Amino acid sequence: MAFDLDAVRKEFPILSRQIDGSPLVYLDSGNTSQKPRRVIDAMTDFLENSYAPINRSSYRLAGEATEAFEAGRRAVARLVNASSPDEIIFTKNATESMNLIARSWGGANLGEGDVVLLTHMEHHANIVPWQMLRDERGIEIRWVPLTADGQLDLTDLDRLLDGAKVFSFTAMSNVLGTIPPVAKLCAAAHDAGALAVVDACQYVPHNATDVQAWGADLVAFSSHKMCGPSGIGMLWGRLELLDAMPPFLGGGNMIDTVTLDGYTTAPVPAKFEAGTPPIVEAVGLRAAVEFLEDLDMSDIRQHEMDLTRYALDTLNGRFGDEITIYGPDDVAVRGGVLSFAFRDLHPHDVSQVLDERNVCVRAGHHCAKPLMQVLGVQSTTRASFYLYNGTDDVDALADALAGATDIFGF
Amino acid sequence: MPGLEDLYREIILDHYRTPRNRGELESPPAIETRGHNPLCGDEITLYLLVDGEGDDAIVSDVKIGGQGCSISQSSASMMTQAVIGKPVSQAYALIRRFKTMMGIEGYDEQPGDADVAMGDLEALQGVVKFPVRIKCAVLGWNTLAEALDRAGV
Repeated sequence: MAFDLDAVRKEFPILSRQIDGSPLVYLDSGNTSQKPRRVIDAMTDFLENSYAPINRSSYRLAGEATEAFEAGRRAVARLVNASSPDEIIFTKNATESMNLIARSWGGANLGEGDVVLLTHMEHHANIVPWQMLRDERGIEIRWVPLTADGQLDLTDLDRLLDGAKVFSFTAMSNVLGTIPPVAKLCAAAHDAGALAVVDACQYVPHNATDVQAWGADLVAFSSHKMCGPSGIGMLWGRLELLDAMPPFLGGGNMIDTVTLDGYTTAPVPAKFEAGTPPIVEAVGLRAAVEFLEDLDMSDIRQHEMDLTRYALDTLNGRFGDEITIYGPDDVAVRGGVLSFAFRDLHPHDVSQVLDERNVCVRAGHHCAKPLMQVLGVQSTTRASFYLYNGTDDVDALADALAGATDIFGF
Repeated sequence: MPGLEDLYREIILDHYRTPRNRGELESPPAIETRGHNPLCGDEITLYLLVDGEGDDAIVSDVKIGGQGCSISQSSASMMTQAVIGKPVSQAYALIRRFKTMMGIEGYDEQPGDADVAMGDLEALQGVVKFPVRIKCAVLGWNTLAEALDRAGV
């Protein structure tokens, strides 16, 4: 079925909201996505009719709630082609998933002088947990640089990977939109004897994802960027790898038994899910996954490629030298994320003027300050698209940018 | 909703386009402090020279470096004009008055504060209608406060 933008938009109640009498132009989905009616309804229905503790109590209502929670796990496993739902760990967010990886796997396997390879286009969530390990135990961090058009420069990859124990990289940059060759990078990591960790937070919401085809070891991603609720993140890992990793947080649910002398851990996924998990959020997440599956991830990706092409052509065509859009021009290797500099205007001022016309963008460093350094800027303005955006949104962005010139007059 | 004209007053844009007292001072003798806005990554470097001791201490010079948006840059620019040549006690009074104008609690005015002229700074009053931008407006002031504290006169 062809992608029907009007029908998609009708699923999102917030898109019918008007501010000051004009419609919302939401171009901040790289930050967080809006929620379709069926996600909102699924959570409301669950809260009104089925809410109870999970994995603890034996009455029927608790069984019903546990089943609804686990259905969320099964949906996520299906979406990313995990070989078992047990390979899906629920966390608080993708950042917690990355911290889990660094603390649990890194804690057990990395010592002084061990090398972790990252790239210059990582989010802070894939930088700081490793820097914390470096400060604590003296691991070495290396960086894959970027080409002039914002792709990974893989010229020296073999040398950088030589002796590395981990290669952790984003599957889609939240600033540049760059989509690197994930399967190739995973294979290169394995050839060097390194663990392949993928930050897929920006990738999974916009692309058909197959963690097995990637050949990855651990993959972090998030619900709130893919039409699901905030408060729940995901970690996928190969089962035998997760089995071998020590627990992250201790407490209820993650144990097999506890005595005055110590504890033994539950099998995965419970081993990594200490305490009451995000129950309602897992129910909403399931609805989000089913919503995306009904639309077809390949069609969503095609829609966003077309839209990104239109946006690059429109903004470059209208503003020429006045705009600098960072990242690759080829939409086959870029997602719907456009970070740009506009004239000499500060991104904060650009976003303020856009907000006057209800155009919602993010101004700042996008939790990627090292990348800002590499780009030679302090911050950028970022428009990021999702399935509910269309060419009319791009036109509204361009019109609002033209208006910014009038206000600052230079 | 407040309009952009409440925020981008002409005097503000003037200070943005032509910032006053930009540059550096040799440090030491100047006190150098840095402030940053973690939200957007803006950074400001402030250089402060104080002459005299105790009640006679005067802010003799201030220079501003770094990058920022129109609000943080113009606020810092106007701030330098307002405090240079003034007693340190009046600089502190201005900080209290400005932060109070920005709706930041905990800066109770003290006797005499009301007599300190705000001048062009009144133009920044519109910022308070755009809560996200208050941090931009006070960036330079926090950096000045830290420098004055370090001067410790």
